[in-house]
Amino acid sequence: MTTARDGVAVQLTNLRRTYAGVNALDGLSLDMHPGEFIALLGPSGCGKTTALRCLAGLDDPDSGTITVGGKDVTGIPTSKRDMGMVFQAYSLFPHMTARQNVEFGLQLRKHGAEARRKRAQEMLELVGLSLHMDKFAHQMSGGQQQRVALARALAIEPQVLLLDEPLSALDAKVRVQLRDEIRRIQLDVGTTTLFVTHDQEEALAVADRVGVMRAGNLQQLAAPEELYSKPVNDFVADFVGVTNRLTGAASAGTASVLGTSVPLLPGSAQSGAVTVLVRPEHLTVSRDAAGNAAVVSASFLGAHGRVIATADGGDQILVQVSSAEVARFEPGARVKVTPTGDPALAVSA
Amino acid sequence: MTGQRAAFRRKQAIMRRVVIGLVLLFFAVPLYGMFSDATKDVAGKHWSLATWRTLLDFPKISTKYPDLKTGFLASVGLAVVTVVVMLVLLVPTMTWVRLRLPGLTRTVEFICLLPLTVPAIVLVVGLTPIYSWLTGWLQYFFGPTIGSSTIWLALAYVVLVLPYAYRALDAGLRAIDVRTLSEAARSLGAGWGTVMWRVVLPNLRTAVLSASFLAVALTLGEFTIANLFSRTNLQVAMYLLGKSDAQISVAVGLLSLVFAFVVLFAMSFVGGARSATSPMTRLRRAKKEPA
Repeated sequence: MTTARDGVAVQLTNLRRTYAGVNALDGLSLDMHPGEFIALLGPSGCGKTTALRCLAGLDDPDSGTITVGGKDVTGIPTSKRDMGMVFQAYSLFPHMTARQNVEFGLQLRKHGAEARRKRAQEMLELVGLSLHMDKFAHQMSGGQQQRVALARALAIEPQVLLLDEPLSALDAKVRVQLRDEIRRIQLDVGTTTLFVTHDQEEALAVADRVGVMRAGNLQQLAAPEELYSKPVNDFVADFVGVTNRLTGAASAGTASVLGTSVPLLPGSAQSGAVTVLVRPEHLTVSRDAAGNAAVVSASFLGAHGRVIATADGGDQILVQVSSAEVARFEPGARVKVTPTGDPALAVSA
Repeated sequence: MTGQRAAFRRKQAIMRRVVIGLVLLFFAVPLYGMFSDATKDVAGKHWSLATWRTLLDFPKISTKYPDLKTGFLASVGLAVVTVVVMLVLLVPTMTWVRLRLPGLTRTVEFICLLPLTVPAIVLVVGLTPIYSWLTGWLQYFFGPTIGSSTIWLALAYVVLVLPYAYRALDAGLRAIDVRTLSEAARSLGAGWGTVMWRVVLPNLRTAVLSASFLAVALTLGEFTIANLFSRTNLQVAMYLLGKSDAQISVAVGLLSLVFAFVVLFAMSFVGGARSATSPMTRLRRAKKEPA
């Protein structure tokens, strides 16, 4: 349907950016493969938006280089970088219709009226808004406005697509719908894409690789499954998904946790007292009068349930159970919590 | 309870009408006085349209009262130049400060509002040496006619209208997300000129109209600076006319007020359709609505 363009490689090398003495970017390096969809994830102030703005040319790094398709674009102004961007705030030009918004970038590139009209129609069809092309921004919902913004960004066939938390102003249902659409469209057009978000579910759902940032640095860049199951440090383990921090003792690549031996992930502390980071779904729980924990609460969450227990050693434990099992764990009941044996990360206690 | 509320609403409606009536009287009585003065015979005893007929006879009035024509043309020219210079100076500066130098916002605001605190007479005292110097250069470059033209008063008038124009434009800039709109335009390939002309200005339409109207109203009504600099604009011409023909002077004064009202009405009508619900207000309303 669209003229797919081969994606280009993007390299951010050792980027540094300081605001009033605070390092927003502290030597950030990131390699994006052609056509890849990378999500940058992290808490507020970790530098993910600064990284995206530096790539867009809306902010200048103090040092470091940015190359796009092998060309150094570090000093090139935004208007010459050939990047499409969708913003967190609604950014449609209020005095233009959806079609005029999509045609704006094409007009600046001196495309003829007929070519512009055809391309705008095509892009609005791609985002499912061909029936709304003569509407102004105020006549569209938030989700529709962001779709038009996406169509506008893609209409110019950018080398790189930049998405700066484009879903954060939308309600939950539209968010899920639009995030899936963004991924479908990105796969369709093949543009290298950088997506900044603080929503881990969003990042894990759409990206080829997810980068977790902290204090201006990339902590880990990996495929969503790897990031979730093999976090390189406790920050990543804590930030992505839910993690139990359980007391254990490590030796020879394993750790003893709740009386069970758990294999340790590479990079784990290898000896002595450790804190083992175990996912709730990597634990099982059963009623047992001679067990190792007592139930604090059990809650039904729809597709699954959650049991919170206190281990005899004092650790708070969160266990994921099937929703049918929730009723069996009344508060105060003695239970036995056992790790399933999936590899876990251990850090020195 | 409902009866009490209805009685309260009736009282409120009556009060509203009384206040509006008083305000209308406050404006209408002097206007009626002017109209009455201009529509009587020389003795002031009988109604007569002679003054209005004279005013409508353009060749006659140009010959009989040459200062009036000169003053009117000068004021119109001053209004146009003042509006253009004010917009060219303020719109890009305020937008740039908002986008790139937000730390300077207070300073720019202070500078723009400063003329409010300076009386016109003091302004003239300060401007006199500047104009003496400037007129020399202008005459050197453009010759004695253009160099000493009344039109250069527009530079002083720009200073005079700064506070009002700043307020109007500032309200317009606050109503739109200039940063996001300009960044979106730049990411699509627009240079700063295109951003200003095709993105910022169309969304500041109402604010620009308001600022322009205030500038026009102020320029058409300005007397002190023009008089002290011995230049003839509409107000100075009316003042001079008042010494020889009070009735014509009053009639011209009334006409200039009517002209100002018509301009105000036309501008609020033109801008009204959009300003009633500004683009950004409508955008904010659309927020959080489902797709």
